[in-house]
Amino acid sequence: MLAYYFDLGLRSLRRNAVLTILLVTAIGVGIGASMTTLTVFRAMSGDPIPRKSSQLFVPQIDSQGPNGDGERTEDHLPDRLTYIDAMAFMKAHAAKHQTALFGVTMSLRPEDAKQKPFRTRVRVAYRDFFPMFEVPFKYGGPWPEADDENRSPVIAISSALNDRMFGGSNSVGKTLNLGGEIYTIVGVLADWEPVPLFYDIGRTPFAGKDEVYMPFTHAIDKELGMGDSLSCNSDTPLGFAALLASSCTWGRFWVELSTPEEADQYRRFLDNYANEQRRNGRFNWPARTQLRDVMAWLRYNHIVPGEVRILILVSFGFLLVCLLNAMGLMLAKLMGRSSDLGIRRALGASRGAVFAQCLIETGVVGLAGGLLGLVLTAVGLWLARSLLPSEFMAVTHLDAEDIMIALLLAVASTLAAGLYPTWRASHVQPAWTLKAQ
Amino acid sequence: MEFRPILSAMRRNKFGAILIAVQMAVTLAFLANSLSLIEQRLSYTDRPTGVDDADLFVISSEPVERSKDAAAREQADLAKLRSLDGVVDAYVTNDYPLAGGGWSLSARLTPDQNVPTALSAYYFGDEHALGTLGLKLIAGRNFTADEIATRTPTEVGSIDGIIVTKALADKVFPNGDALGKSLYVESDTRSVRIIGIVERLQTPFYGVTGVASTYAENSTIAPYRPVDNYPTYMIRARPGQRNAVMKAAENALLQLDGERILRTKSMTEVRAEAYRGDHGLIVLLVAVCTALLLITAFGIVGLTSYWVSQRRRQIGIRRALGATRRAILHYFQTENLLIAAAGAAAGAALAIGLNLWMVRSFEVVRMDSSRAFIGALIMLGLGQLAVLYPALRAASIPPALATRGG
Repeated sequence: MLAYYFDLGLRSLRRNAVLTILLVTAIGVGIGASMTTLTVFRAMSGDPIPRKSSQLFVPQIDSQGPNGDGERTEDHLPDRLTYIDAMAFMKAHAAKHQTALFGVTMSLRPEDAKQKPFRTRVRVAYRDFFPMFEVPFKYGGPWPEADDENRSPVIAISSALNDRMFGGSNSVGKTLNLGGEIYTIVGVLADWEPVPLFYDIGRTPFAGKDEVYMPFTHAIDKELGMGDSLSCNSDTPLGFAALLASSCTWGRFWVELSTPEEADQYRRFLDNYANEQRRNGRFNWPARTQLRDVMAWLRYNHIVPGEVRILILVSFGFLLVCLLNAMGLMLAKLMGRSSDLGIRRALGASRGAVFAQCLIETGVVGLAGGLLGLVLTAVGLWLARSLLPSEFMAVTHLDAEDIMIALLLAVASTLAAGLYPTWRASHVQPAWTLKAQ
Repeated sequence: MEFRPILSAMRRNKFGAILIAVQMAVTLAFLANSLSLIEQRLSYTDRPTGVDDADLFVISSEPVERSKDAAAREQADLAKLRSLDGVVDAYVTNDYPLAGGGWSLSARLTPDQNVPTALSAYYFGDEHALGTLGLKLIAGRNFTADEIATRTPTEVGSIDGIIVTKALADKVFPNGDALGKSLYVESDTRSVRIIGIVERLQTPFYGVTGVASTYAENSTIAPYRPVDNYPTYMIRARPGQRNAVMKAAENALLQLDGERILRTKSMTEVRAEAYRGDHGLIVLLVAVCTALLLITAFGIVGLTSYWVSQRRRQIGIRRALGATRRAILHYFQTENLLIAAAGAAAGAALAIGLNLWMVRSFEVVRMDSSRAFIGALIMLGLGQLAVLYPALRAASIPPALATRGG
């Protein structure tokens, strides 16, 4: 019976071609617009590290007091740490894994003198970075802990850089010249590109790609810069040593805490630390600390740009208009067939059967609209990609889940819109319609 | 025109009429808000930077290896750049307008002031800065060569005077007597005097919302020549020669020292990059609004056509009883006007409500209420336009239809 209704539905699409085209277009355009923005939004607000996002945390501490630069965050806490606090947290070892980190750019000079030197993004971190973010390796592995202590010139490199410099072969043990210093490669990452770059959200969180990973301690010895993200509440420190001793914040810090109990314990550790600093006279303001996991951290950093959120709102408003439109057209379409339905009723079809038939017809329209909507979503994404800043459009692509959502959204919303017209159609009085003939 | 028969006919077709009215209301609500957003973004992206956008370009230089004689290299670079054909002037800076990120500082009237009087961008530049950027000095004077101090990461020379924008001067000294007054900008212990005021100079920051958007034209230029391994040169070309000069300047710098990586961008590119998101939003909103209007119009066409086809016989009877074509046409036009008026009234209220909600949760600027009114007029016009075709079809129904019983 369902197959028959489905067939009837397909036939009726052809019956009133103009109305059908209007109907399918209305639904398709609405689905296309809303799915375009939804796909962008889903890509941007997705979980960059699903398996561990609830076990990775960023500790924050009010290290600058009421004079600080914390006005950039909603709770007036600095979103980075001072070197003093970062080192104290490393030393305390209060979590299973922890790492201070920051990013710099360095110039890489290829061995072949004919090739031009180029800039590369260097991630400066402790060894714990690799196990805590579950960084996969193709060759070799993270540097041993001893290299953190010995401040050794070793690096791990991304697979993209390995392809570029070594043609994708195993380069463990080979060296690279970065900023005039020779570094020994200990590991080559497999493809690993968390999007957004959650562990160091900068101005373009969807664009950053790290190519080289280097021990934090070594980078400090080499006085590698951090000027970009420096935020001070007093005179600018002169020189690197002064910077390290200053109350300027610049580094990121991450800890891994496997259970809620461990997280609570770490919160207590942070509070104790802040209170101790207050007693020591370093802070003369009430102690304030915060511990956020990955998803909370992304929300706190307003990772989804305002433009995308506005477009989501407008496009779903658009879908609403399209559905209201479809509802009117569907009413016209079904009521135009009331004589048909009247005859069916007179021939003994129950109200329920007519209702089911009309609803399936509506579903067929929804499906057609959904398919058109998918095509329009692809067009919309292409349009958005060419119009919006590339760094955040690069992450969006239409995946199987998006396609499912689009079709479901199309059929469900069309059915919802078609419910009243269908109900009206199934209440056609057989006697009345027959008489009108 | 009699409204009574129209209203009683509508009462029999309540659902369709309500549907059109609601659709128009929702369309209006989003249309008015989108218009207001488009308007705001347009005025935001049209703001002048204060510098000579068309002829300026930026070269950032990064050495392959850090060197100890950065100061000498920088002097050589600058001398070379200034001597190039087609170059008006050049200087070395820390930041430039619309770069995306840069130095900011809090200006204070007293050293121990807790809440700063104003926030400002902090630019470095020598006596060539004003001329290179093409800034308009409206009070005071430019820096002189002997006022310029060198600034390295470890050593900061002392300065006495700064040049500020009019926006900053007016914010800190609302009485308009900023020239010659002292301010604490970078140091808590040493104040600096305002020796010049320029008409306008945008900060390196952009973004419609956020703290930085509240001081988009507060800029301070301090007479420093920044010296480090990563110099940023601002260069102004003679009108119309920028592209050629950009290439020549790059080549000249590489000739002096090939062991570096240069990044060259024209101010026009910097500007386009900064506002790319806003321009994208504008285009997408215009596209969605156009589609919204089209969909609503076609919805009206579709539903009215249906009504006409349903009433063919009645229309034929009216025509047979002496109603003119014009009367039939007017009937459908008036019917649509009534529905559209109801929709527009509801839509205007909805538009304002939606805007209030958006202001709270999306940090958008409030919409001028007149936009809702303009939107309502557009809706009425759209309704009339859309109803014309089916109404004309209705008017062309022959009176004979009444007798034929079709």
